[in-house]
Amino acid sequence: MTQNLPWLFLVLPLVAASVDWLVLARKPRVAAGVSIVSALVTLGLCIAYMGGLQTGAPSSYVWFPVQGFDLSLGLLMDDLSMKMMLVVTGIGTLVHIFSLGYMKGDSSNHSRYFAGLSIFMFSMSCIVLANSLILTFIGWEMVGFSSYLLIGHWYHKDSAADAAKKAFITNRVGDFGFLIGILLTLGLFGTLYYADMAGHMKVAAGSPVLTVAVLCLFCGAVGKSAQFPLHVWLPDAMEGPTPVSALIHAATMVAAGVYMLVRLQVSMGLDAFTDTACCVIASVGAITALLSALMATQQDDIKRVLAYSTLSQLGYMIMAVGLLAGEAAMFHLYTHAWFKALLFLAAGAIIVCCHHEQDIWKMGGLRKKMPITTLCFLAGTCALIAVPGFSGFFSKERILEAALERSVPLFVLGVIVAALTTFYMVRLCLVAFCGDTRTHEAEQAHEASPTMLVPLLILAMLAIISGCGFLADRLVPYAEFHTLGVEWGATFFAGLGALIVGGGLAWLLYGKTETLAGKADPLGANFVSRALRHRLYIDAFYDHVLVGGIQRWFACLISCLDDGIIRRLIGEGLASLTAWVGRLLGRIQGGSLRGYTVLASLGVLVLMLILILLF
Amino acid sequence: MTPLSHYLIFSALLFSIGLGGAIMRRNVLVVLMCLELMLTAANVSLVAFSRAQGLEGVPVYDAQVLALFVMAIAAAEVAVGLALIVAMFRARRGVESTSLTSLKD
Repeated sequence: MTQNLPWLFLVLPLVAASVDWLVLARKPRVAAGVSIVSALVTLGLCIAYMGGLQTGAPSSYVWFPVQGFDLSLGLLMDDLSMKMMLVVTGIGTLVHIFSLGYMKGDSSNHSRYFAGLSIFMFSMSCIVLANSLILTFIGWEMVGFSSYLLIGHWYHKDSAADAAKKAFITNRVGDFGFLIGILLTLGLFGTLYYADMAGHMKVAAGSPVLTVAVLCLFCGAVGKSAQFPLHVWLPDAMEGPTPVSALIHAATMVAAGVYMLVRLQVSMGLDAFTDTACCVIASVGAITALLSALMATQQDDIKRVLAYSTLSQLGYMIMAVGLLAGEAAMFHLYTHAWFKALLFLAAGAIIVCCHHEQDIWKMGGLRKKMPITTLCFLAGTCALIAVPGFSGFFSKERILEAALERSVPLFVLGVIVAALTTFYMVRLCLVAFCGDTRTHEAEQAHEASPTMLVPLLILAMLAIISGCGFLADRLVPYAEFHTLGVEWGATFFAGLGALIVGGGLAWLLYGKTETLAGKADPLGANFVSRALRHRLYIDAFYDHVLVGGIQRWFACLISCLDDGIIRRLIGEGLASLTAWVGRLLGRIQGGSLRGYTVLASLGVLVLMLILILLF
Repeated sequence: MTPLSHYLIFSALLFSIGLGGAIMRRNVLVVLMCLELMLTAANVSLVAFSRAQGLEGVPVYDAQVLALFVMAIAAAEVAVGLALIVAMFRARRGVESTSLTSLKD
C-alpha cells in the first residue's frame, strides 16, 4: 500500500481541482484552502522523499494492452524527477499562498482560479514523474490546457482570451512534432519507457531516423519552452494573473521542455543526440536567447520585460542541452525557477500596489513606497544578471563553460546575451524604483500584504543561496550533480565583463535624473528601438502571412469546398433532384383513368414488340 | 371456308374499337362496355384459332374452354363493375372518369 504513496502527487491536486470546480464554485475561500492544502501536502511528501523516505517502486497501471506492447502508466522516482518535483511543488505552494493576497481585490471567480492552479499542479507532476513518453505527453497536453485556462482567467478581456487562444494554438504546432517524435521513438526503440531506452539504444544507434526522432521530440520543447520560432505565445501569456505567470510561464511549465530533453538525454544516452540534432538544438536556443534579450531591452511593460527575459534564459538552457551539458541546463533551470518566480511575484506585488499599472514609465520611486518588495526584486535581479555570489551566477557560469568547451561562437553569443540581460534588468530597476514617482498610481503605492511578502522573502532567500555548493549539490534535479568551484578563468571574466558593460551602459543611458523624470523611453524614437518594440515584426509576420495570408486563403478554399460541393451540390442538389424526379413521377399518377389506359396499352405494345423482335 | 385472317382482322378491329372507346370515352359505363368489347374480340380470335388448328373438322377444344372461362370472368366483371358504377353514381351524382381525382388533390 505504502509503495503507492507517490501517486498522491497526482491524485491530490486532481481531487482538489475537481472539488474546487464542481463543489466549491460558490465558496472561493474554502476552494483556495483546499488547493493550498493539496499543494502543501505534496510539498511535504516531496521533502519526505528527499529526506530519505523509501516506499519502494510504485505500481503501474496497465491502461490498455496492445499486441506485444502493454501501455501502462507508471511513475519514475529518481533523482531527476524527485528534485524537479521539489522545485515544482515548492514554487507551486508559494504561488498558491501569494495568490491569496494577489487575488484579494479581484472580482473574478476565485474557485475557478484555484482549480486551474491545482489542475496545473496535477499535469506538471504528470510530466515530471512520468515513466514513459506517453504519460509525459498526457501531462504535456494537460499543462497546455491548464495554461489556457489560467491565461484566459479574465476571459471577459479580449486580449486575455486572444492570448489564451494564441498560447494553445502555438503549442499545438509543437505538440504535433512531439507526437510524431514519440511515434518515431516507438518505431526505433520499440519502447516508450524511459527505463528501457538505454537497453534498446544499440538497435537505434546509427539510424538516420534517430536524428529526425530527436528533432521531432525537440519540436515539443520548442512549443512548450517557447523557443524561436514558436516563442510568440509567451509574452502574450502575460495577460494572465501574475502569480500564474510566475508559476507556469516562468518557473515550471516552460521549463518542461528542457526537463523532457534532459530526461531523454539521461535515458537514451548522449549518443542519441547526434551532431546534427545537437547543432540544431543549440542554435535554436542561442537564437532565442539573443533575439528575446534584444526585444526585452525596449519593453515598457514590467511583465513583458520579465517574459522576454524568461525566453532568453530558456534559450540558455536549451543551448546547454544542445551542448550536451544536461547538468548545466538543469542547474540553470533550478536557479532560474527560484529567482524568476521571485521576480514575477515581486512584479505582481508592485502591480497590485500600483492599482494594476504595468508600465514602468508610470511607476518610479517605488523604493521608498515599498522597500521590502524592492529589495526582493533586486535580489532576483542580481541572481538573473549573474552577480557573483548569487545563484544565477553559478548556473550561468556552468552554461558558459560548457559553451566555451564545445563551441566558441556560442560562448560569445552567450556573453553578449548576458550583457543584454544586465542592460535590460538595470534599466527596469532604474526606471521603476529610482527617481521620483511619476503618476498618481505610483504615488499611492504601499507595501504589499503579508501573504504576498512571506513567499517573496522565502524566494529571495532561495534566489541568493540556492546556487551555493551545499544546497545545489543536494537540490539540483540531476543525478550525481556537483557544483564546481569558481575558477578565475575566461568564463568568469567574460561574465564579469558582460555584467559591467551591460550595467554601465544602462546606467549611462537611463541613470540621468532628467531621463528618470520623463514618462517615456528616451530611446523609443529611433528605428532600431521601434523594431524591437514591435518584437522584430515576427508577430506581425505571423499575423499577416500565416494567419492573414495562408490561413485565410486556406479558409477560403475550405469554405468554397464546403459551400460549393457539400452544401450546394450534395445537400441542396440532391434534395432538388429528388423533388424534381418526384414531381415528374407524380404527374403520371394524376388520377386520369384514360392516361392509365393509354400507358397500359403502350406497355403491352412494347412488350409485344420485344417478344416479336427477340423470338 | 372463311380464311383465318378474316377472323383475325375482324377481331383486331373489334379490339381496337374497344380500346379506343376505353381510352376516349369519359363515361365509365361506356368504358365498361368497351372492355366487354375487347374481351369479345379476344374470344373471337380464340375460337377462330381453335377452328383453324383443328384437324378434319374437329376443333382444338382447349381454346374453346378458354373462351368459356373468359365469358365467365367477363360476367363476374360486369357484376362487380356495374355495382361499383352504381355506388359511384350514388356517391357523386355522375359517372365521369375524369372526376376521379380526389386522392391526388
